[in-house]
Amino acid sequence: MSFLEVKNLEAGYGPVQVLRGLDFAVEEGEVAVILGANGAGKTTTLRALTGMISTKGSVLFDGEELVGKDTDAIVRRRIAHVPQGRGTVSQFSVEDNLQLGAYIRKDKAAIAADKEKMFVMFPRLLERRKQAAGSLSGGEQQMLAIARALMLSPRLLLLDEPSLGLAPLIVRDLFNTLGEINREFGTTMVVVEQNANLAFKIAQKAFVLETGSIVAGGDAKTVESDDSVRKAYLGY
Amino acid sequence: MGTFFQLLIAGIETGSFYALVALAIVLIYQSTGLKNLAQGEMAMFSAYIAWQLWSWGLGIWLAAIVAIFLSFLIGMGVQRIIIRPVQGAPLLTIVIVTLGLFLGFNSLAGFIWGYLVKGFPGLFPGSAWQITSSVRISAAAAGGFAVLLVLAGLLFVMFRLTKIGLAMRAVAYNVETSKLVGVKVNQVLMLGWGLAAALGAAGGIIAAPKLFLDPFMMFGVLIYAIAAAAFGGFDSPLGAVIAGLTIGVLENMAGFYIGFIGTDLKIIVPLILILVTLIFRPQGLLGHKIVVRV
Ligand SMILES: Nc1ncnc2c1ncn2[C@@H]1O[C@H](COP(=O)(O)OP(=O)(O)OP(=O)(O)O)[C@@H](O)[C@H]1O
Ligand SMILES: [Mg+2]
Repeated sequence: MSFLEVKNLEAGYGPVQVLRGLDFAVEEGEVAVILGANGAGKTTTLRALTGMISTKGSVLFDGEELVGKDTDAIVRRRIAHVPQGRGTVSQFSVEDNLQLGAYIRKDKAAIAADKEKMFVMFPRLLERRKQAAGSLSGGEQQMLAIARALMLSPRLLLLDEPSLGLAPLIVRDLFNTLGEINREFGTTMVVVEQNANLAFKIAQKAFVLETGSIVAGGDAKTVESDDSVRKAYLGY
Repeated sequence: MGTFFQLLIAGIETGSFYALVALAIVLIYQSTGLKNLAQGEMAMFSAYIAWQLWSWGLGIWLAAIVAIFLSFLIGMGVQRIIIRPVQGAPLLTIVIVTLGLFLGFNSLAGFIWGYLVKGFPGLFPGSAWQITSSVRISAAAAGGFAVLLVLAGLLFVMFRLTKIGLAMRAVAYNVETSKLVGVKVNQVLMLGWGLAAALGAAGGIIAAPKLFLDPFMMFGVLIYAIAAAAFGGFDSPLGAVIAGLTIGVLENMAGFYIGFIGTDLKIIVPLILILVTLIFRPQGLLGHKIVVRV
C-alpha cells in the first residue's frame, strides 16, 4: 500500500462537480508534481485532500481514510497545506505565524528549535521577525507560508503553486530549498506547479490533470518525456 | 472642583459596566464579525441567575461566581444551538437572530422571575472613603472598576500569552488558515461566546445593585455599550474599555454641566458619540480600517 493512495476522488463546489474520479498514489519520501491548465482542478484536488470541500471517494494516508474527516483532524495527522495565495495570517507577525504553524504540537523545546531552523533556511524572515506578515513582499510571504507549513513538522506537505508571483531567481532558490527539505527530512510532497521545468527537477512522480481527470501520470521521467506533456507544459 | 471629581468617580462607576458589556460585544465581533445585540439581555439574565442563587442562600460572591460560570456555559450553548446554524447567512438574517435572542432572554427572564424590581445585594460594602470634604469614593465604584481592570487584564494575558488566545486571534483574522494549522474553529467560536457571556455577566452583576434588577435593566447599558464599542473600535478590546469609561464620565458630566440635558436626556450622549464616530472615524478610535475576512 502506498503512503498516499487516492481512489476515485470526486469533489466540487455545490452542484458543480470539478474532480471526476481521480486515482493516484505517492510513496513515502517522494515528491509528486501535479500539472494542468488553469481551471483543471489542481487547487480543488489539494483542497479535497485536506477536507476543505465536500469530497467523495477514498484518500488513504498511511493506511488511514481521510475522506469525511474535518480539516483540523486531517492536519493533526501532520499534513500541511500551503494554499494558493499564501495561507498565513497577514495581521500576525512573522514569529506569531510560525508559532501558529506549530499549533497542534506540544513539544515546546522542539518548536523553538524548529523556529530557529526556519530562520536559518529563510534568513529574510529573521530580519522581519516582528513585522506583520501582510507587510512582507510577495516572495517573503511565500517563504513564510512554506515555513508556517513546515512548523507542523509535516509527514506530507501539499504546496499549491509555490512559485506564483516570484522572481525566476527566487523560484530557483525555493525549489532548491524544497529539494533539500525532501532529502533532509524525508518529507513527502505533492506540489502543484506551472513551472514544470523546475518541478521535474525535484519530482519522482508526475500527474497531469485535465478538466478534473488524470490524463497522464506515474514516473516523473516517463511523463516528462511524453510528447504531448512536453508541448503543453514544458514548451519545447 | 469637588463636584467635578465626584462626577468623574460616578462616571467611572457606570463606565465600568458599559466597558464590560462593550468588551463582550467586541470579543464576539472580533471572532465572528457579528454584533450581538442580545449581549445586554444575556447579562441581565445572568444577574437574575446570581440573584436566584443568592436568594436560595448562597453568599453573594459565591452566587456571582457560579452565575458567571453558568453564563459561560449558556454563552457556549447559544453559539452551538442558535448561532452556528446561521453562520455565513446574510447579515440581515443574523441581525434578526440576535434580535430574537434579545427578546427571548428578555421574556424568559420576565416569565421566570416576573417584572417586579428585585433588590440586588451589592458585592462590595456600602462604605466609602472620604478623600476630601467633598469627594467620596464608594467601595462599589472602586470595586466595580477593579473588577473591570482584572477581567480586562486576564483577557489581555489570555489573548497575548496563551495558545488558545493565539488560536482565537487567528480565527478572528483568517478562518481558513486557522483550520489549516489544526485549530478546531467551531470550538474556538463557542469559547468566544462563552467568554463574552461571562464578561457580560460580570457587568450585569455589578450593575444590578445600582440599576435595580428587572428584565429591562440592561436596555440603557446596551446602548452605552454599543456606543462604546463603536467609539473605541469594534475590533479593539482596549478601545472598548477606554471608550466605556469615557462614555460613563461624559454622560455624568454632561448631565450636570449642560443645563438642558439633565438626567432625562443623558441618553443622547452615547447617540451623539456614535454619530460623530461614524462620520469622522468609522473604524473607531483604536479600531483598524482594513478588515479582511475569509
Ligand atoms: N469556490 C468555487 N466555487 C465554484 N467553483 C469553483 C470554486 N473554485 C474553483 N471553482 C471551479 O473549479 C474548477 C477548478 O478550479 P481549480 O481552482 O481547482 O483550478 P486550478 O487547476 O487550480 O487552476 P489554476 O491553475 O488557475 O489555479 C474551475 O472551473 C473553477 O471555476
Ligand atoms: Mg489553482
